[in-house]
Amino acid sequence: MLKISNVETFYGKIQALRGVDIDVNDGEIVSLIGSNGAGKSTLLMTISGVNKARNGNITFNGEKIENRDPHKIVDLGICQVPEGRRIFSRLTVEENLRLGAYTNEQGKHFETDIKEVYDLFPVLSDRKTQRGGTLSGGEQQMLAIGRALMSKPKVLLLDEPSLGIAPKLVNQIFASIKNINKEKNVTIFLVEQNAKKALELADRAYVLVNGKVTIMGSGQELLKNKDIQAAYLEGGTKN
Amino acid sequence: MEYFIQQLVNGITLGSIYGLIAIGYTMVYGIIGMINFAHGDIFMIGAFVALISFIIFGLTGVALPIILLLVLLIAMIFTACYGWTVEKLAYKPLRGSFRLAPLISALGMSIVLQNYVQVAQGARVKPMQPLFSGGLEFFKNSEFIVTVSYLQIFIVVLTIILMGIFTYLITKTDLGRAQRACEQDRTMTALLGINVDRTISITFIIGSSLASVAGMMFVLYYGVIDFYIGFLAGIKAFTAAVLGGIGSLPGAMLGGLLIGLIETMWSGYVSIEYKDVAAFSVLIVVLIFFPTGFLGKPDIEKV
Repeated sequence: MLKISNVETFYGKIQALRGVDIDVNDGEIVSLIGSNGAGKSTLLMTISGVNKARNGNITFNGEKIENRDPHKIVDLGICQVPEGRRIFSRLTVEENLRLGAYTNEQGKHFETDIKEVYDLFPVLSDRKTQRGGTLSGGEQQMLAIGRALMSKPKVLLLDEPSLGIAPKLVNQIFASIKNINKEKNVTIFLVEQNAKKALELADRAYVLVNGKVTIMGSGQELLKNKDIQAAYLEGGTKN
Repeated sequence: MEYFIQQLVNGITLGSIYGLIAIGYTMVYGIIGMINFAHGDIFMIGAFVALISFIIFGLTGVALPIILLLVLLIAMIFTACYGWTVEKLAYKPLRGSFRLAPLISALGMSIVLQNYVQVAQGARVKPMQPLFSGGLEFFKNSEFIVTVSYLQIFIVVLTIILMGIFTYLITKTDLGRAQRACEQDRTMTALLGINVDRTISITFIIGSSLASVAGMMFVLYYGVIDFYIGFLAGIKAFTAAVLGGIGSLPGAMLGGLLIGLIETMWSGYVSIEYKDVAAFSVLIVVLIFFPTGFLGKPDIEKV
């Protein structure tokens, strides 16, 4: 469905991605793990068209998308929840959600769509007239995911949804990601530093090191991999 | 007392004109963080388009309300085209380059527009016959009769109507929400499928058409214009936007009113020569105590 082949992205002269190959198939949850600075967020921004790939191809259902504008990529059904959530803090929760519905036929099915988001994250319904900036980190993450869902994406790109969030809420958010995948049939491409959670959730997973994919396999395989345990799951086996 | 009321009326009228221009400054600042120094000249273009269309329609002998409506529409459309073109030519190619680049480009655009009008229309002052006459008189038994001309009523009422439409546009429509989203985070806005470039273009179009209405009011109110009126009016409106808190739309309107009132009060009670000095001095004093202007709010973001 989403096919990334040999993608290289640069920031000026600095090369952030050194030929990345990743496939995401319809209906899957695919995780990408890696340390800080490995190029995970760069890859998502390249898929979304914010960063341009200097070399390589990205295709979505066979269509080339690597040089399109970000808003056209959203039109195709690829929506990203970026790192740090990037809620519009001065707009209300409902306004944030309405913005998510902007491409979705100008919010034609707005009422039913927003109800689905409120069913998934009931706390947002209680807070709908509050400004986005007043929500807690976890609530903001829910809002960011809900906002992306309003565009009715086929593929959801999630960048570090667990970052800076209370552990209790992390579990809830991961549960809802699974729910979005299974119930709503949205393909998920998840980028995480929380490797254990990301691998447990994933059908398949990739490891990104210094802008290159080094290991790939099913989520379970990677969880058992000795190198990965040493590098990314230290102490993670305790619980 | 009567004299004070008269100055109040004059000040509110002048303030409406400044306020309409100030909105253009504040909107553009809000969305791309740049002071559009060519905006005063866009206002001047609006005044010229209005003057030319008044003369053309004046010859046809159509009724006054219809002329006003037609001139309003024509001025808005033409001036919006100018604003849109300026953005496409002078600012869009510089997006993403260093912060001062579009600012310098804006100053250049301002000079280009002034010279263009000077060459095309001549440097001499252009007069216009007054279209409105008469007004309402109050306090007829006192020594000083307060006159509120029909033109002043027209200007203030039109401003209020435009403000109403504009506020609705910004707070209630998809376009307004997209605009406010762009103000906060352009990349995120694009990631939601919103065409950011188009939203910015529309911002320029709205700002320019409001400035053109101010231009039309200026022609009617003062009866003379030249290619240089955009400079001082632009600086005043910019001051108004800063006074109200740049980036804040109600702030721009409030700032416009304040600058208008300060100017007329100072002219009325102290000296007419120093009215501009008074307006700018107030700005300095206000910025010392309210660095973000009256209604501008420093960003408080929860991380």
